[in-house]
Amino acid sequence: MGLLDKQFTDENIVITKVEDLLNWARLSSLWQVGFGLACCAIEMMATSASHYDFDRFGVIPRNSPRQSDVIIISGTVTLKMALRIKRIYEQMPDPKYVISMGSCSNCGGPYWEHGYHVLKGVDRVIPVDVYVPGCPPRPEALLEGLLKLQEKIRNESLVKKTA
Amino acid sequence: MKNVEEIFNLLKEKFGDSIIELVTNLPVEHFITANPLEIDKVSLFLRDNGELLFDSLMCLSGVDDANGKNVPDEDGATKIEGGTLSVYYHMESTKLGHKLTVKVSAPRENPDITSVSGTWKHADWHEREAYDMFGINFLNHPDLRRILMPYDWEAGYPLRKDYKDPEFYQGMKVPY
Repeated sequence: MGLLDKQFTDENIVITKVEDLLNWARLSSLWQVGFGLACCAIEMMATSASHYDFDRFGVIPRNSPRQSDVIIISGTVTLKMALRIKRIYEQMPDPKYVISMGSCSNCGGPYWEHGYHVLKGVDRVIPVDVYVPGCPPRPEALLEGLLKLQEKIRNESLVKKTA
Repeated sequence: MKNVEEIFNLLKEKFGDSIIELVTNLPVEHFITANPLEIDKVSLFLRDNGELLFDSLMCLSGVDDANGKNVPDEDGATKIEGGTLSVYYHMESTKLGHKLTVKVSAPRENPDITSVSGTWKHADWHEREAYDMFGINFLNHPDLRRILMPYDWEAGYPLRKDYKDPEFYQGMKVPY
């Protein structure tokens, strides 16, 4: 960011680029859609709880897609749910980000062959920014996924969308 | 408290040919087979008779017996023709403490079984599941719709042994 090293000594003025400021604001308050699907959702809730404390990264669950920035697909995406997920994603305002959490939403997971009802990867219906492997991933893994997403947002450009 | 032989004799006496046999030669709990078109009356008797009082249907499960002929169909996969689809009813009397398993089988091409949702209310959703997964047609069911798969699912009944995944559902690719 380079905010502090460009600080004037006598005034409360910080000089930065608009791009950096916007990216910093975006990555520091990623509100996630309050949305969970299966056992991964339990890990996601554990990540939100006091021990792992998602809130220290500015991530809070928001119970409306219209005021959310990121959706964490935490669990098995059935064909029936996939249509709903697509609709929720479309209801989110830009810029919006997707974290695919766990094997099921990455590629179908244990249902890859005989799961007649499972979509083999949520990236077949919505674009995914970060894939978090695991079955289910530990909270540390989800936190790492979030840090990867923040890294991605930090390098975004105003003139071209990169994430 | 009655054992399965006593229950079988009681039913045989009341329903005659509708109660087919008592199966004891399998390594599972002994069970009674019955006529699929009479099971609603049999279930009412099982619930209301003072010596039986089966007030709880613990589980109702559909089964594809896959005992028909395997016939290759036009695109190379096998299709089962003939044979039966079955439904198992596991019930318990919470008052008298005894349990019973009843099986009914219906032909695969025309799997009609009378609904027991008039006897036990909670059979409603169990029967919808058996319909959804196996295509068993429960006669006189109040609301026989799919319960797990989407309402517009047209690819068939997924737990049948000769089920094939569709290539696409609503524009989404289904196979891996």
